[in-house]
Amino acid sequence: MEKKNYTVSIYTENNIGLLSRIAAIFLKRHINIESITASKSEVNEVMRFIIVVEVTEEQVKKVAGQIEKQIEVIRAYYHTDEELIFQETALYKVNSAEFVEDLTIQDFIKETNARIVTVTPKFFVIEKTGKRHEIDNLYDKLKPYGLMQFVRSGKIAVSKNEMPISSILEDFNTININS
Amino acid sequence: MEVKTAKKENKAIQAPTTVTGAEAVIKCLLEEGINTIYGYPGGAIMPVYDELYKYQDKIHHVLTRHEQGATHAAQGYARVTGKVGVCIATSGPGATNLVTGIADAQIDSTPMVCITGQVGSHLLGSDAFQETDIVGISTPVTKWNYQVTKASEIPEVLAKAFYIARSGRPGPVLIDITKDAQFASLDFTYKKCTGIRSYKPFPKVDLSQVERAADLINSAKKPMIVFGQGVILGGAEALFQKVVEKAGIPAAWTILGLSAMDTDHPLNVGMVGMHGNYGPNVLTNDCDVLIAIGMRFDDRVTGNLEHYAKQAKVIHFEIDPSEIDKNVKADVAVLGDVKETLQLLLGFLQPKNHDAWHQKFKDLYKIEYDKIIKNELNGKQEKLGMAEVIDEINTYSKGDAIIVSDVGQHQMVACRYAKFNQSRSNVTSGGLGTMGFALPAAIGAKMGMPNRQVVAIIGDGGFQMTIQELGTIFQTKVPVKIVVLNNGFLGMVRQWQQMFFDKRYASTELINPDFVAIAKGYYIKAKQVTERSQLQEAIKEMMDSPEAYFLEVKVEQEENVFPMIPTGASVSDIRLE
Repeated sequence: MEKKNYTVSIYTENNIGLLSRIAAIFLKRHINIESITASKSEVNEVMRFIIVVEVTEEQVKKVAGQIEKQIEVIRAYYHTDEELIFQETALYKVNSAEFVEDLTIQDFIKETNARIVTVTPKFFVIEKTGKRHEIDNLYDKLKPYGLMQFVRSGKIAVSKNEMPISSILEDFNTININS
Repeated sequence: MEVKTAKKENKAIQAPTTVTGAEAVIKCLLEEGINTIYGYPGGAIMPVYDELYKYQDKIHHVLTRHEQGATHAAQGYARVTGKVGVCIATSGPGATNLVTGIADAQIDSTPMVCITGQVGSHLLGSDAFQETDIVGISTPVTKWNYQVTKASEIPEVLAKAFYIARSGRPGPVLIDITKDAQFASLDFTYKKCTGIRSYKPFPKVDLSQVERAADLINSAKKPMIVFGQGVILGGAEALFQKVVEKAGIPAAWTILGLSAMDTDHPLNVGMVGMHGNYGPNVLTNDCDVLIAIGMRFDDRVTGNLEHYAKQAKVIHFEIDPSEIDKNVKADVAVLGDVKETLQLLLGFLQPKNHDAWHQKFKDLYKIEYDKIIKNELNGKQEKLGMAEVIDEINTYSKGDAIIVSDVGQHQMVACRYAKFNQSRSNVTSGGLGTMGFALPAAIGAKMGMPNRQVVAIIGDGGFQMTIQELGTIFQTKVPVKIVVLNNGFLGMVRQWQQMFFDKRYASTELINPDFVAIAKGYYIKAKQVTERSQLQEAIKEMMDSPEAYFLEVKVEQEENVFPMIPTGASVSDIRLE
């Protein structure tokens, strides 16, 4: 079966240790995590992890099943890139001298819709949000000028289809109040 | 943390009483109906032990000789009673010594709650004396774990721990409690946990899947059932038997399914897997519908998956959604507690018999009997064989005993030959294969079922892994029967060395001590059998003994367990020699 990028979206309670529990599931199966983010979700007090892995569909299905089995995981979904709207953000720290002297850098920024976040006498910080290849593209262009620092966020994504976490939680409350 | 539990009240809330965290732990155990626990004290858990002293008329604390012994004893207790086993240990090495037992309980779905002491919360992360990150260490081998740092969390967290341990597919839970939380006070009220919003222990049964399963079974010509521990965990033994009998289907068991159905039942066709019976292994690759009930297609059961039941439609009855399609693709998956799903299935089944098909199992059994079983039971070799010992125990137990086996050749022989007429009677370490399991597990099993005969069958290797628990047996006077089948080897590894490593017996020969003298050193009645002529008398004496009894049987040194599916081979390529 063909390996490709899958994005696993995990809705959980907000508890210490859950990240390690989820990471251990990938570790046990010797699967490398390409990127990971954790943040609040659209539901009050519910966290959302977004983990990108390069595996077969069979593997991602099993992993999602094992993750969903964890007590404090409300639901785990997995999606291909086509099923998602996704972005990454990167910060590039560039030497001010280079920046001021070489006008082509300024052109890159305009061309790629990147943004200057901070200007100091010593360095500039440029921010770019977009697809992985767009960020890589700007990276390649800035690299010859001596990037002082570079950092990229994990993938953040929303699915085209619904992930009805609120109604899953409501179902629980209804069942338990009525029973 | 906020523990999210159902809002529903079970009973009127009692007026709160102010207690310490340590006392709250004991009160929680009492609320959960726990009266026997296993453990070992130490610095970070001392406040709880101080309360155990005060509550000793209500809770029996069994002091094992090692924390691993406490976990296996709690497992043995849980496996025979169906209740949650409880063990307690201190921080650091006390906690890390629990890990093997926790991993064993996880893979064999045994309900267990482990409570560990932890250094004071102000010391967390400072590499304090006996500080270890047991929550981190135990994460991959627990169903749930949690660190308590505030006394007020204790009732809710422990209620949740017991609920998680026993509900759905059971498993081990570890609760780590800092020492300051044990000393601090709280207003104690207890409310049993009835639900957690992110946890779905009982999947909703899809009736249409049950009907699809029934259709397949009703139209099958050569159906075969493989059942596992799910039948026992679901308390569905009687119902399961009705299903088997109504549909007239030959039923084979996994090692953990053993005793869910009487071993003498006419439709019980024996064990599947690496050292299972010939018929069910071979016919797995001949049946047209394979009905898996409460089992998880372990690799020791399936052999090479590429050649496992490829010709058959597979129906999988299972409570844990992540087991569906994990190893073997199911054509029909029936999610749910088997107690519920088998009841529904029963209504859809047409009464049938499959005599001609069943005869195939009998024919293959005859081959296995003539080639292996007859010789093993009748003592064709000069030295005693393991099967003869198990058979002699059957003679006296009449299938009533709880048999607790360790891991290795003797375990396979015990499971192949022991007779059972009651459920929850086979206690063994299946998934993890933990040597040293049996002696402490037998202690827990006997305490859980004091009116039943409990016989531990152990090899000379595994016995020495937890031999210190003879001290627990001596101190508690728990009347377990211990049989050590001594072949002077780590027999199963030696068998593999013989078959696959040209008899290079690397580090498998054991130069053993005088086991009888050791048992006698613990004031346990003990005897050694070296000759066939002594066996019957010795087994009788052991079985009749009202006290604990240790019996060492010197058996053939280089006996091999057959049949055998070599690693990587298909179940139908099972070897008889």
